[in-house]
Amino acid sequence: MVKTMPKVDVVTVGVGWTGGIVAAECTKAGLKVVGLERGKSRGTVNFANVHDEYRYAIRYELMQDLSKETVTFRNNRRQKALPMRQLGSFLLGEGLGGAGTHWNGQVFRFLPYDFEIKTMTDKKYGKNFLGPGYQFQDWGLNYDQMEPYFDKFEKTSGVSGEENPLGPKRSDKYPNKPMKKTPLLQKFEKASQKLGYHPYMMPSANLSAPYKNIYGETINACQYCGFCERFGCEYGAKATPEVAVIPAALKTGKYEIRFDSNVVEVLTKGGKATGVRYIDTVTGEEYIQPADVVVLTSYMMNNAKLLMVSKIGTMYDPATGRGTLGRNYCYQIMPGATGFFDEQFNIFMGAGSLGECLDDFNGDNFDHSKLGFIHGANIALTQLGLRPIGNNPTHIDTPIWGAAFKKDSITNYTRSLSVGGQGASIPYKENFLTLDTRYKDVYGVPLLQINYDFTDQDKKLHKFISAKCGDILKEMGAKKVEVRADLTNYNIVPYQSTHNTGGTVMSKAPEDGVVNNYLQHWDCENLFAVGAGAFANNSGYNPTDTVGALSFRCAEGIIKYSKKGGSLV
Amino acid sequence: MSNKDNKDISRRDFLKTTGIATGTLIGGGLIGGLIGYNSNKMAMPTKSPNTTNNTTNKTAQTSEGKMFFTTDKDFNIIASATERIFPKDDLGPGAIDLGVPYFIDRQLAGQYGSNSKEYMQGPFESGLPTQGYQSRLTRAEIFRQGIEKLDTEAEQRYKKSFTDISDQERDVILTAFQKDEVKMQGVTASFFFNLLRSATLEGAYSDPLYGGNRNMEGWKMKGFPGHQMSYINVIEKPEFQKIEPRSLGMH
Ligand SMILES: Cc1cc2nc3c(=O)[nH]c(=O)nc-3n(C[C@H](O)[C@H](O)[C@H](O)COP(=O)(O)OP(=O)(O)OC[C@H]3O[C@@H](n4cnc5c(N)ncnc54)[C@H](O)[C@@H]3O)c2cc1C
Ligand code: SF4
Repeated sequence: MVKTMPKVDVVTVGVGWTGGIVAAECTKAGLKVVGLERGKSRGTVNFANVHDEYRYAIRYELMQDLSKETVTFRNNRRQKALPMRQLGSFLLGEGLGGAGTHWNGQVFRFLPYDFEIKTMTDKKYGKNFLGPGYQFQDWGLNYDQMEPYFDKFEKTSGVSGEENPLGPKRSDKYPNKPMKKTPLLQKFEKASQKLGYHPYMMPSANLSAPYKNIYGETINACQYCGFCERFGCEYGAKATPEVAVIPAALKTGKYEIRFDSNVVEVLTKGGKATGVRYIDTVTGEEYIQPADVVVLTSYMMNNAKLLMVSKIGTMYDPATGRGTLGRNYCYQIMPGATGFFDEQFNIFMGAGSLGECLDDFNGDNFDHSKLGFIHGANIALTQLGLRPIGNNPTHIDTPIWGAAFKKDSITNYTRSLSVGGQGASIPYKENFLTLDTRYKDVYGVPLLQINYDFTDQDKKLHKFISAKCGDILKEMGAKKVEVRADLTNYNIVPYQSTHNTGGTVMSKAPEDGVVNNYLQHWDCENLFAVGAGAFANNSGYNPTDTVGALSFRCAEGIIKYSKKGGSLV
Repeated sequence: MSNKDNKDISRRDFLKTTGIATGTLIGGGLIGGLIGYNSNKMAMPTKSPNTTNNTTNKTAQTSEGKMFFTTDKDFNIIASATERIFPKDDLGPGAIDLGVPYFIDRQLAGQYGSNSKEYMQGPFESGLPTQGYQSRLTRAEIFRQGIEKLDTEAEQRYKKSFTDISDQERDVILTAFQKDEVKMQGVTASFFFNLLRSATLEGAYSDPLYGGNRNMEGWKMKGFPGHQMSYINVIEKPEFQKIEPRSLGMH
């Protein structure tokens, strides 16, 4: 028997950054919100013993339980898609705060170029610069329109940073001063300045000082403990949804979070969403949560999957190029180089977003006309706190086990540094999301299928940026520099980044995307899908500043919609 | 910096820099966190018997029970294989002295061994390397089979058990696994080899509470200070900081 719960104004699927921000804003505006979260509650109190690399970073304590649900993957349509049986390439979130609990906190605004990539590329380099198959489109919202929302997300998370010399216009400075510029970062700064670049401190949600955010919530000061990426913060010093926004929503008395609640379908009637169907993962019972507005805040993968299984929108077909749902799936590429030194560095100290970086080779900040690729990468030296299981730097020709490996990896653990870039991935017609026809989750719902491979654009960009990273390391005084090998096929096994984008793209017109620039579904006016799935292309940065900004934009739309109804654009 | 100084500084510093001392956090999440921290510290049950003092405790090692392995032979085969992957040398202990075989024994007996957090529904098909783990076997089953194959390879090649051949002979066999020149069922030899290699490094460098990294010798070799509360007061120092490591059990 399916049990129907009392109707609410807004239901969100998942409680990470997107779900948390929508809840905080909508409850403040007086709406009653229920957040359905498949995982458990957790917070600062649970992280007293978190300095445990094996449990948290290697065995993925805080991430998605793949025994219940995963994705399938193939490099191209000629292959058979197979399930990602254990986590690797990206680490999906689960539980209160989602991936926002164990993120690093590197908070970059996307570039004006990202939002109008088609117009700006065509104008400067002519139409079809990259050749056929690359699917550019403008987002339907430009940087100036995004700016106030970026500002709001940065003031929600207390970002500690300094002005980027090559960055776009800001209406205000960062709410906190940058983190400590350690000797390592100074070394990178000096070398890159010498090469004529424009380094600056990485904008960080690991706070340089205690801070009260726009909701009156306090975030504490970072201790540079070195256990940040993949870990929760035992100090409450990293801006996470459960520290920065969820308490604010709960204090209104208008917010309820229901844990162990896995949503399996968005229910619709007459072109409108009526609510969602979910399963209590403890008892196995099925429930319906009716709502005036349904918001998908379950990460870009689950958002796309829920729309697909609920048959809302038109599926993208790579053969014809028609359809929008699942299109423009993008990832990132990780160019870089390693430098080997004689001196020892304090690489085990650090914080999730402690770094110095530069944008001289990002976006359209440099001339691409002779390069055969567009966009670029933010290049950085980060001091995150390197842990010993995961970091065994050896020379390219050293064996991967035995006496030589032991010696080389131990010697270089404290004597090598890496400079790396996050390369922007450009949408390509064969890179897309769809539903798998063979594999299902434990609730009997088909798995999401990823079709993805690196393109020529990616390979050229990777080579170009890796060489630049190598130059910086040489200038830093490395006695030997090894540049990352050329990019081949995308491989789902090693961790790369949890910066997956696209699939539920936003657009100016219904034929080009799934949602409008309020993240409102084009075909279903009381349904919103928010997250990096809305990105028409990926950038050379981490996504969450832009995801957070879009969540504020979405919340504004929901509040407007709850008063007037209809299409918001 | 001595261990004691480090502890004091980080405590003091933690209170100062997070704002607790100034009272700004009353009512915030951190107070709860701090209480949790202290009570957890007292209740910490997972102290490994070998981390109680700083001398190698051989007797404790040999009297330790096994949770997964049922024969000494299997245990010794895996022990000698891990030692080749991470051998004892002038830098310090190898896998056996670090307790890696015990670490693997415990892991195979738990969630890791039974793949309880992995997607294990069929159909199972051999995929491309870019598609990762596609075996229907759990890690415990892969290890069981792998150990048996290590031994049959030794018998076939050298007419002796894997535990009785020379280091060089063991390396030949391990290399054959790494290069997929040995046939296994339901899994490739190279997959087993990579699993074994990863587990060895995990046992050498994880917190001693898991039974490996005895006396934090793995960390000491590498210069990793383990669980420290804070580096805020030393992170700007230009010199390399030699810090006595701390494990979670010392909390
Ligand atoms: C290790 C790591 C480091 C990162 N570092 C950075 C960084 O430095 N900077 C940056 O910008 N970004 C970073 N990211 C990315 C960042 O974490 C994500 O962009 C962000 O958390 C996405 O927020 P979200 O709300 O869209 O999704 P999530 O945080 O994934 O939240 C979605 C929630 O929905 C729940 N859910 C999913 N499906 C269902 C369902 N069917 N029913 C009910 N609930 C469901 C999930 O359990 C989850 O809690 C990092 C990610 C990882 C994993
Ligand atoms: S590095 Fe800073 S923000 Fe990250 S977990 Fe440690 S104290 Fe928290």
